[in-house]
Amino acid sequence: MSDAPSLRSARPSFNAGALGRGLVIPGLIVIAWTVVTHGGLVSSNLLVPIERIIALPFTDEAGVQLWPALLASIVRLIFGFAIGASAGIALGGLMGASRLADRALGPSFNALRQITLFAWIPLLTAWFGNGDMPKIIYVAMSAFFPAALNSYIGLRGISAQYFEVASVLRLSRLTRIRKLLLPGALPSIFVGLQIALITAWLGTVSSEYAMGNGRGLGGFLLEGRGQFRMDVVVLGVVVLALVGYLINVGCAKVFRRLLAWQGDNK
Amino acid sequence: MSAVEAFAPRATLNIRDVSKSYVVDEKPLPVLRNIALDVQPGEFVSIVGASGCGKSTLLRLVVGLDADYEGEILLNGRRIEGPGRERGIVFQEHRLFPWLTVEDNIALGLDGSDEPQHVLDKRVRDNIALVGLAGFEKAYPHQLSGGMAQRAAIARSLVTQPAILLLDEPLGALDSITRAYLQKELLRIWQQERVTVIMVTHDVDEAVFLSDRVVVMEPRPGRIRSIVPVGLTHPRQRASVEFARVKGEILRDLSGE
Ligand SMILES: Nc1ncnc2c1ncn2[C@@H]1O[C@H](COP(=O)(O)OP(=O)(O)O)[C@@H](O)[C@H]1O
Ligand SMILES: [Mg+2]
Repeated sequence: MSDAPSLRSARPSFNAGALGRGLVIPGLIVIAWTVVTHGGLVSSNLLVPIERIIALPFTDEAGVQLWPALLASIVRLIFGFAIGASAGIALGGLMGASRLADRALGPSFNALRQITLFAWIPLLTAWFGNGDMPKIIYVAMSAFFPAALNSYIGLRGISAQYFEVASVLRLSRLTRIRKLLLPGALPSIFVGLQIALITAWLGTVSSEYAMGNGRGLGGFLLEGRGQFRMDVVVLGVVVLALVGYLINVGCAKVFRRLLAWQGDNK
Repeated sequence: MSAVEAFAPRATLNIRDVSKSYVVDEKPLPVLRNIALDVQPGEFVSIVGASGCGKSTLLRLVVGLDADYEGEILLNGRRIEGPGRERGIVFQEHRLFPWLTVEDNIALGLDGSDEPQHVLDKRVRDNIALVGLAGFEKAYPHQLSGGMAQRAAIARSLVTQPAILLLDEPLGALDSITRAYLQKELLRIWQQERVTVIMVTHDVDEAVFLSDRVVVMEPRPGRIRSIVPVGLTHPRQRASVEFARVKGEILRDLSGE
């Protein structure tokens, strides 16, 4: 019997080669950076040696401010993201699951989506001042659109064939949601959450930078610039990128685990 | 002895003068014309015909996915309305939910049943055993071969204990060896469950091997050209003269001579 039941091979675990290749570009940048700053090619006021950047948050008076600033930004990120992403999943889910909701809300949603987020900043500060409120709203908005859009796409992308199975098996509404709509849309929802987290992070720092006032990585950058501390600015930018990188890696890891049913060649 | 204890309820299906058109480019496209077929309880009927002659469409009408047709489809004398658990279908593609394990896919059909959980669990187990997938309860569809996935789909359609099982080219995508093996399995399941089966296939050999009667359809629009009784006892010998004679008759009808 050729159809002898047997399981397809398990997926390979961790790809060290891919990680190695991923480090090539950052590695080259670090080397180039070191060569340039120590080779006396540029005045050290504009480009700072890498070891000074690394020491800064531990030794320098302005540099140690990084920690409270980072903490404040991450708190804003978490609140804004939680609000924006859940609202986004709710709206995207509603529009994806109901044609009626799609027709009623879709046009407004798509019109709003076209507005560059940054354009909201003057409005938000006019309405809410420049405290935490407008910043968190801005972060929430940054997370809202990708979360909503990808939830919607995820639901709409579920094959009509599966809906036929659901009706042939007479699945209840609750079972349809739990066993078809949610898991079917989940890969796309996760993609949305990952994008939302990144845009919310950039939104956090840029709203802090644009609105000034109050602790945060954006404010940290702003101060560094005001005091002509190039090293502080570079530190801030590096940390900004590093957090974004960690968000990407963390999301990919968590989501891959949660979507184990896809196997490796989804 | 029987893996699944309760036998399927008996069902007589009457397809009376059914016609169906799709609308394509705002013009009606006739797909089925005056289809008439009566299927007896426990019978195994195959439908063969050129692709596009409306075989899948006919199954969709019987399973209740499409109510837009003329004529009548009666199950035990009552007009069918929408899908029902007394009718099961295996589509041409297995259509297992990729995010559910084999056992969870099969258990879908029992959703909302008010029997106690251990009874439902046993029915899932029994049906997994029936199609020979014991040991693969926790596997995801992407880990299965085509033949195994099709078996799981068959188990999913049988778990509701349907009176009628509709099969739409269930073995069409499989290699010939797996196919021959699963044909024997289908025969065993049909005999064991005594379920009424209507199977669409493009393989005349398969139809003669399994069926009591073979419906030959012709295309544009889809009509029944002939209904050929097979009249051979199981297990059937493919190499026998009788087998070849029935096969020849069907092939002749198919080619329209
Ligand atoms: N949803 C649909 N809309 C329009 N035409 C369809 C649709 N489904 C099937 N058809 C047409 O109906 C005819 C019969 O299709 P089908 O029942 O799938 O044939 P078969 O299963 O015998 O190959 C084909 O010409 C096909 O193109
Ligand atoms: Mg077909």
